[in-house]
Amino acid sequence: MSETKPKADKYRRVAYYPGCALEGTGHPYNRSTKAVGKALGLDLVEVENWNCCGAMEVKNIDPKVQTYLSSRVMSIAANQMRMDVVMAPCNGCYHNLKKAEHDLAHDPASAAVVDRLSTKAGHPTYQPGQVESIHALEWIKGAIGEDGLRERVKGGLKGLRIANYYGCMYTRPRNIFPEKDAGPGSESTSKPHFMDDLLAAAGAVNVEFPLKTACCGGAHTLSDSDLSTKLVLNILNAAEAAGAEIIATECPTCHSGLEMHQIRAEKRFQRKTRVKIVYFTQLLGLALGLSARQVGLHENVSESRELLAGKGLG
Amino acid sequence: MPIHEKDLIRPENLRTHEQLTVDGVDVSGHWSTFIQSRVVTDYNEALEDEIAALPGGEFIHRCWQCGSCTNACTVNAVNPDFNPRFWIYLVRIGMEAELLRDKDIVWQCVSCNKCTHICPRDVNPEGVMKAISHWLELKGHTPKSPSMVFDEVFSDQVIRHGKIEDGRTIRRFFARTGQALQQDWLIEMAKRLARHLPIGLLARLGFSAAIAPRTRGWSRARAAIEDYVKDQQATQRRALGLDGPGGPPTTREGA
Ligand code: SF4
Ligand code: SF4
Ligand code: SF4
Ligand code: SF4
Repeated sequence: MSETKPKADKYRRVAYYPGCALEGTGHPYNRSTKAVGKALGLDLVEVENWNCCGAMEVKNIDPKVQTYLSSRVMSIAANQMRMDVVMAPCNGCYHNLKKAEHDLAHDPASAAVVDRLSTKAGHPTYQPGQVESIHALEWIKGAIGEDGLRERVKGGLKGLRIANYYGCMYTRPRNIFPEKDAGPGSESTSKPHFMDDLLAAAGAVNVEFPLKTACCGGAHTLSDSDLSTKLVLNILNAAEAAGAEIIATECPTCHSGLEMHQIRAEKRFQRKTRVKIVYFTQLLGLALGLSARQVGLHENVSESRELLAGKGLG
Repeated sequence: MPIHEKDLIRPENLRTHEQLTVDGVDVSGHWSTFIQSRVVTDYNEALEDEIAALPGGEFIHRCWQCGSCTNACTVNAVNPDFNPRFWIYLVRIGMEAELLRDKDIVWQCVSCNKCTHICPRDVNPEGVMKAISHWLELKGHTPKSPSMVFDEVFSDQVIRHGKIEDGRTIRRFFARTGQALQQDWLIEMAKRLARHLPIGLLARLGFSAAIAPRTRGWSRARAAIEDYVKDQQATQRRALGLDGPGGPPTTREGA
């Protein structure tokens, strides 16, 4: 990790780890992340032949296998591709990369298992510190920043009222995110603001939203659907009460959890909410002058095109 | 004086009297409820070690019962009986019978990590919740929870192929838990997706069963992981005093 290079340079070209969700239900997030990267002149090089990070599931079979899964991705980026930075748009992937980095540096037992599995699998063992893993929010914030974004937006988001939803895995638990809560300019684990900052720079109005890091029950979205619906409904209601027209998301699991349980709340419990759910990269894309199609609004389940077109966006 | 360990009072041990006179003094009303004393003798002294032998439970001994985890807990806010601090207490003092009273809700932990984030002792209560649910299943106190089934279906795909595909995971999960895939809200989701999605993507989402994403050259990694998981499971079963070899690493229905 070359700490000397400023982030603006270091993040211009990153290894891109889309993860499984972005190849399925999270496809519009994949599309808009790439489109925004291109519009901003940033270079995304997909991690070669990547594997799943194990999401929130494999750790319940065995946490060290989960650590191995993320370490393989970082090993490819570092040893095969010679990259310094791995960028993941999915909170799950990002969280697991950070967790693996932390465990490999602090827990000799995890390091030993990862070494054994890597050797048997036939690739170099990832050594902590070889790459820096970042979330898509940190990527744009670091490479372009608010000022850079302000210079580039065409038209902007026209005062669109947004509730920013970060979910669980982007900030918790704090010990795997040593760079957060680290003074001025750093991200906060209790009141994250990177998405707020970027969208404000793109011309949106961020509403005061108390449930930024509330949990949507994603881990049990299918196995305990009623609980998930209840938790999602809290989030949707709080966003509407705060005056939001849109909930901006930065994770495919959070995003589809909100979409899915918004429908479920309506179908099963006759609790209808109107707030639209849109990826932050889709919003940034629109602000940068990309079309609704280019950012994949038509691929979202939550139908936001009419609302956005009404404001002259897309 | 509030009763701190209210949960330890069993409802059947509460004695409430409409009219009550004690030593000639009428104490009806406010003083009419008594708790029948009981002596606990059925401790499982090995309980803490057993939980600590399962993944996630390793640091349970660090807990000093501050209650921050329960205070922060997402599920506790919805169901006050879901109480991580209390369960950690029961495990640590070996009150297995008390723990079993809540056996059917432990699995509901949503892994939001609010507890692990706030815990001042680095106990990893989220992991402890997983360890306890796992223990309950291994000991046969509870059937496999839907969430464990989901974890297995999911992990099985990752370990076999290196990647997962959401539609396939959903179908397998519904099949294994015996639920119909034709749920009104899922159909509505699918309809809304189908309106605009390109056919290729629909196929990837599992509306066609033919395509499974894979990581190339994954077989060596798969073999290494399967070996390791089998080892771990055997070790865990030994630590819990269960005989025989560990079961298969994960579930085993069609690729
Ligand atoms: S967290 Fe989700 S998207 Fe990321 S690799 Fe895992 S399953 Fe795939
Ligand atoms: S908010 Fe939901 S999907 Fe997002 S990280 Fe938390 S549980 Fe997962
Ligand atoms: S927060 Fe930690 S120390 Fe406090 S009760 Fe929970 S597990 Fe124990
Ligand atoms: S991870 Fe589980 S136990 Fe911990 S706060 Fe969340 S729901 Fe509660």
